[in-house]
Amino acid sequence: MLSRTASCLYWLGRYVERAEFTARLVEATLRLDALSTRPSGEQAWMSALTVLGVDADYLATGGAITQESVTHFLTLDTSHPGSVVSCLDRARDNAKAVRTALSREAWSSINRAWLLFQGRAAPGDTQDTLELVQQAENETRGFDGAVGRMLHNPSSWFLKLGESVERADSTARLLDVKYHLLLPEGETVGGVVDRDQWQTILHTVSAVNAYRWLYRDGLQAASVIELLVLRREMPRSLAASCEEIVAMLGELGQLTGTQGEADRLARRRLAALREARVSSIIGGGLHEYLTAFLHDNAALDHAIARQFRFF
Amino acid sequence: MNGAFDEIRGFPGDTAGRPEFAPLTHWLETMPRAELERRQQAAEAMFRQLGITFAVYGDAEADERIIPFDIVPRILTAREWTRLSAGLEQRVFAINAFLDDIYGARRILADKVIPEELALCNPQFRPEVAGAHPPHNIWAHICGIDLVRTGPDDFWVLEDNARTPSGVSYMLEDREAMIRLCPELFQMFRVMPVDSYTDLLHQTMQRAAPVSAGGNPVCVILTPGHYNSAYYEHSFLADTIGVELVEPADLEVDDDRVWMRTITGRVKVDVIYRRIDDDFLDPLFFRPDSLLGVPGLMAAYRAGHVSIINAPGTGVADDKAIYSYMPEIVRYYSGSDPILPNVETWRCREPDALQYTLDNLEKLVVKLVDGSGGYGMLVGPTSSNAEIEKFRAILLAEPHRYIAQPTLALSTVPTLVEQGVAPRHVDFRPYVLTQPDGVKLVPGGLTRVALKEGSLVVNSSQGGGTKDSFILADEGAVSC
Amino acid sequence: MRLSIDHRTRYSFSQPQARVVQLLRMTPQDDGAQSVINWSIDVDCDARLSKGRDGYGNITTMLYVDGPVDHVEIMVRGEVATDAYAGLVSGTLETLPPVLFLRQTALTRADAAIQDFANSVCGAVSSPHRRAETLNVALFERLGLRAGRSPKTRTAAEAFTQGGASTRDAAQVMIAAARAAGLPARFVSGHCLDGPNAGNHKTAHCWVEVFVEGTGWIGFDPSMGRHPGETYVRVAIGLDASDSTPLSGTRMGGGIEELDVAVHVEAGQDQ
Repeated sequence: MLSRTASCLYWLGRYVERAEFTARLVEATLRLDALSTRPSGEQAWMSALTVLGVDADYLATGGAITQESVTHFLTLDTSHPGSVVSCLDRARDNAKAVRTALSREAWSSINRAWLLFQGRAAPGDTQDTLELVQQAENETRGFDGAVGRMLHNPSSWFLKLGESVERADSTARLLDVKYHLLLPEGETVGGVVDRDQWQTILHTVSAVNAYRWLYRDGLQAASVIELLVLRREMPRSLAASCEEIVAMLGELGQLTGTQGEADRLARRRLAALREARVSSIIGGGLHEYLTAFLHDNAALDHAIARQFRFF
Repeated sequence: MNGAFDEIRGFPGDTAGRPEFAPLTHWLETMPRAELERRQQAAEAMFRQLGITFAVYGDAEADERIIPFDIVPRILTAREWTRLSAGLEQRVFAINAFLDDIYGARRILADKVIPEELALCNPQFRPEVAGAHPPHNIWAHICGIDLVRTGPDDFWVLEDNARTPSGVSYMLEDREAMIRLCPELFQMFRVMPVDSYTDLLHQTMQRAAPVSAGGNPVCVILTPGHYNSAYYEHSFLADTIGVELVEPADLEVDDDRVWMRTITGRVKVDVIYRRIDDDFLDPLFFRPDSLLGVPGLMAAYRAGHVSIINAPGTGVADDKAIYSYMPEIVRYYSGSDPILPNVETWRCREPDALQYTLDNLEKLVVKLVDGSGGYGMLVGPTSSNAEIEKFRAILLAEPHRYIAQPTLALSTVPTLVEQGVAPRHVDFRPYVLTQPDGVKLVPGGLTRVALKEGSLVVNSSQGGGTKDSFILADEGAVSC
Repeated sequence: MRLSIDHRTRYSFSQPQARVVQLLRMTPQDDGAQSVINWSIDVDCDARLSKGRDGYGNITTMLYVDGPVDHVEIMVRGEVATDAYAGLVSGTLETLPPVLFLRQTALTRADAAIQDFANSVCGAVSSPHRRAETLNVALFERLGLRAGRSPKTRTAAEAFTQGGASTRDAAQVMIAAARAAGLPARFVSGHCLDGPNAGNHKTAHCWVEVFVEGTGWIGFDPSMGRHPGETYVRVAIGLDASDSTPLSGTRMGGGIEELDVAVHVEAGQDQ
């Protein structure tokens, strides 16, 4: 396989995942704010920007911290490289360049997701925005499904590798933001606002029901952290993402007959995750833990690019 | 055009028409229009699904347009095809002999068959490739010869395409659509299959390899990238043949050998079917200002370590100024008269011819010698006075860049248009492959149809569509 | 005369390059007036060099350098024995007919000014040979020659209007004017012991050859207003400066490059 093809597939996976995560985050934030009986307003939107690491970029545009303005920035703003529309643009561009490596179904879902956003000027009111992001999520989930149904060949491995690396990144950022999210004055840890915030995190990663099944004793910060970091059953957890990365690298290693730095980094990280306990993560500081994880993830991305000669 | 020969119904007023195609006429007359339209739309939906798209230059919104497909096939009988293929074989043989000569010994110039200056000062003659020796002396492995017809036995060569002729994916996909949507036609007629084209192309690539490549040469298709208007065709061919579709950045030259960059390291490439113009092949030899291309590719080519299909420099054989000498070229290399005649051509670089052209602009078709895609041309009879006068000024400024031809009464084929089934003008582009042991042809080609009533311009960028081209194994229908 | 040449080119890159590929036309060949005694091309880094020929018959050397590299230095050295001659070229490998060299190129297109100049200079002269001679002298007198490398690539027409011509400009204007007068003309790159840049060592030399029916190719040096002779070493030819350029290259990597050229031509002892 050409290095460029591999690189396009990997980045296609990353961009689709990034688009989906951003859409989910917008949806969850809408729930926390507009659809909540206790709207959290500015703070909710600010934290959404922080999760995506674009808070400074957004403030630089001079935009107000309002639902309308931030959702526009995150979904439809073509000048913002992290907006859903920009991610889908780049995903489609990569997909076009490797069209014959994709199944027709996978291509169609990307194309449909892309079309959703074409010629759309404003996200509209809460209902319209919700509809838009949910449609986008449906199409990207459809893409995910289509990738799952593709032949088990190097194309699908690079796609899944990209998706998993991006997913690990998103989930870690999402959790890390809780660290930044200061409770409003007078609110207590474990109080209603705190609970709303943890609830939003679960919403963003579609884990509300999974949480209820696994943890019978109500919403606990430690349990949410455990679910999203350590539980392999939870598809968006760091553990599950890291497992998928190791598996995909393993398939590719069998194909190419060589293993490299990326394999070593990925396996070392997975082994550490399997050993980890939630108490020690919290004890050592969640933020520090996640910062190190994000750092490792960037190193892994770099190692993958080197190993498969993306540049 | 009034009085044009219709390939299915014959000349107007000719009540007998062409009895051998009567079943098709019957089929057209009895098929409800709504059903024809339904099938045509289904075919176009299929093309859209496949992504058979093209881009119109200068049209940013045209990203996803498809070329209109017409559901009514054009039909050629076995006898007609036999004569055409003999003519094509003769012409393409001459094109390759001409190229090998012009970049080598230049006997044809010494014998003064064509003016030395016309060949050597032609921008399509590439001094950079003089003295190169492609394996088996084949330069133009893939030619698309554009034919037009004016009567039952009157076929003319309108243009030779010896650089990177496109459109073969339409030949294959149009047939696919017809088999799916109009299977009954294939019971009516014994249509020769075209699907062996991709195997033949693959074989042509493999057999073009340098001897040093050994028994299993690595072949690739080189595309400028997915923004190119013909990208679908590039990916279609690569996918069907099972070779890598590479962009210039995927290739590197080291030690006069070409390598492609893969996830497991670099792999030596022996044959490149390039769909990139000469100018953008290698910035070191051709266009120093170009950021595209593969630096060193020409060195690898000249050293004989890689074959390029078609070889760099083939443009000199399809230049329209050279075209006017093709009958002499065919005679010179094949030793016999051309089976397929040229359309009469006036070279505006010659004062008499320019004067004739200026005096008769309203009757003539005037074209750029190195133009394509239907751009930069005047079709006198369908142009307004203002358009003609505007063109006169352009022509006078640079007469050497133009040739003129009479406006032919191009044949028509019944075509489904808004008003129903009506005659529309067509041309025909068969794809002619050359291998070491000779010319290879698939019985078929691309039929382009001018969808506008009376229009003679069939280019897809100018409102043209395509049709399937049935080449029959016999002389007519097998049943009604 | 025995001429020894030392031509060094050093590229320095502000960022390391992943690959560098260069095309060199820096190797002279024997002809009726010169014979190459020894010649070498050396590079100061790991590289693969391969020799070939281009369409004009020039000897080419491809240079492939693996990265990361932050500089490449190419050292071309050799000795050539030359004979005194009056510009008449003989014994060269001719791969293309003279007619080709009537062709216009982007760099040598004759605009109205050059066309007028050619007409006024050659109008009264009927012998092609005399026309070329007259053009050469007229251009030498007209173009104010400026030593050193051209600041940027200029077309013949630009150089003719703007003046301050480099040797390359002078050669290209001469080519444009000669072709406008119906004479095939080509660009020659090489070295000269006593050329206009002899003391400056920053550039090699270039001149022109014009084809005269019945006589052959004749060398003209419009920068000096004379024929090349025994102080010249002929290296490569082309339609214009771009296809006979000694060194052209591409690199894969960012940043900017700096180019440093040093050319030394010396007269050695005849043996």
